[in-house]
Amino acid sequence: MSKWLQLAILAALIAALPLLFPSGYYYRIGALVFVNALAVIGLAILIGQAGQISLGHAGFAGIGAYSCALGPEWLGLHPALSLLAGAALSGVTALLIGRPILRLRGYYLAVATLGFGILVAMVIQNERALTGGPDGMAVAELGLRDLLRDLGWRIGGGEFWYAVSGIVLILGAWIALNIFDSPTGRAMRALHGSEVAARTVGIDVASYKLKAFVISAVYASVSGSLLALQNRYITPDVAGFLHSIELVTMTVLGGAGSIMGAVFGAAILTILPQVLTALADYEQLVLGAIMIVVMIFMPQGLLPYISRRLRRTGK
Amino acid sequence: MDALLQFVFSGLTVGAVYALVALGFTIIYNASDVVNFAQGEFVMLGGMITWFGHDAGLPLMLAAALAIAVTTAVGVALNKFAIEPARGAPVVSLIIITIGASILIRGATQLIFDKQIHRYPAFTGENPIEVMGATILPQSLWVIGGAVAVFVALWLFFSRTLMGKAVLATANNRLAAQLVGINTNWVMTLSFGLSAAIGALAGVLVTPITLISYDVGVALALKGFAGAMLGGMGNPKGALVGGLALGLLEALTAGYLSSQYKDAVAFIVILAVLFVMPQGLFGKTSADRV
Repeated sequence: MSKWLQLAILAALIAALPLLFPSGYYYRIGALVFVNALAVIGLAILIGQAGQISLGHAGFAGIGAYSCALGPEWLGLHPALSLLAGAALSGVTALLIGRPILRLRGYYLAVATLGFGILVAMVIQNERALTGGPDGMAVAELGLRDLLRDLGWRIGGGEFWYAVSGIVLILGAWIALNIFDSPTGRAMRALHGSEVAARTVGIDVASYKLKAFVISAVYASVSGSLLALQNRYITPDVAGFLHSIELVTMTVLGGAGSIMGAVFGAAILTILPQVLTALADYEQLVLGAIMIVVMIFMPQGLLPYISRRLRRTGK
Repeated sequence: MDALLQFVFSGLTVGAVYALVALGFTIIYNASDVVNFAQGEFVMLGGMITWFGHDAGLPLMLAAALAIAVTTAVGVALNKFAIEPARGAPVVSLIIITIGASILIRGATQLIFDKQIHRYPAFTGENPIEVMGATILPQSLWVIGGAVAVFVALWLFFSRTLMGKAVLATANNRLAAQLVGINTNWVMTLSFGLSAAIGALAGVLVTPITLISYDVGVALALKGFAGAMLGGMGNPKGALVGGLALGLLEALTAGYLSSQYKDAVAFIVILAVLFVMPQGLFGKTSADRV
């Protein structure tokens, strides 16, 4: 699928879905899907394109989220600037830890990134004076809605955040698709295929791995910031181990490496718990079973599996 | 000095549990190159099922035996239904599968039993023994003794029995092992069963000290993995030493630096080991074949 077709489908979906929403609650779920999808697109670059795993990206989401909470509270920074500051902080952090960490491969890389994520979560939990500890803390209002109201355009919180997250998601997808198509994207796919082969054709493997890591960290950070801003409240769970696992599962579930797969994976794993609220006790059971079954029977992910199935029946 | 000895005792107790988890990791990693992120759930199952059996009126030892048997069956089932069908899958898929299994086991446990914290009585009394001004619980001796006994038994198994050598041969080269007539599927089943049994034993032994609930597995798996890595992946001696060393480091950090950040030790150790000596204390350096 061409870049513009993918973006057009995504935009059309985001614009048309509200027509089907029976209540305002659905806008919140939609916004949540978009926010998760944004982080998952970042991971699609890291896992799907460059072939490097991270079990610690919730750490970057945590940095983004708490930047938006702490910036306005302690530094008097505007929430929007805090989002950018958080993204910059995440990018720099990824740059610093990425060099040594990305020398590792496979399980070692998984555990090293996991350790990083858990350290971030631990600092957020333990520095009570600053972050409110496990209870979390309130987040300042973005203020854009008040501005719109002054301009005479009244919009509800749910609809507003649905629109903002949707627009940021499309923006994120556009940037990611450009990266896929660029020499950088091709270099990432080459080193995914074989690091040695990539090196022999002159690709600086370490630097492209690092690029993928930093880019994905910034995506995760912005996703965390948006989550904090729309919930107006944030707890350390955003940086927790389980959130990291959720993000990776979303990435691989939909089909790592494609934008549509990322959005699809995020949508399934975000909506599923909402559907299962009646069966809350079974949530973990079902999540675990899905992870195992999809990985065994559809190792390429759900979306490639479905499209292959469709093509076969079409013939 | 008394305080130091006290920290050492508590460190060795926790460290023995990490060592048992690390030994479990090592067995599966050796046989299949899979890092089983569900290893901590075996410990949890061992403790939870023993509590359940004891609560239902079984004698403690019978409940413990039952727990180890059931957990072994879970380990074998994990291999049969989740690992074997995914043979040859990339590392990312295997990581997600074993993490999925750990979430599944946790979800099932919380449904079948409950979400409460449980304990049962220590095996040989609750009165602390005084040693040079510090105290140690009799149950701690059980835990440390258990880890050492398992290590010795494994060492004998791998170096003195044909079966153990078959496991090592499979680890070395699966195809070659098949060619000389080793049933590699049976080796895999054996490794997962053995690994689960060792995990369950750790849970059985430590629950009277640290208590048990359905959600303790993740932290244990991560720390056991840190221990295994510190010692050198795939080396049983490394697993024992690495686990104990990690427990000691944690206890000393909690005692002298900050009890809030004691859990950070494991991850700082992981990162430090990975950067400075990726092969660990006892591991062999390896070269990649292109």
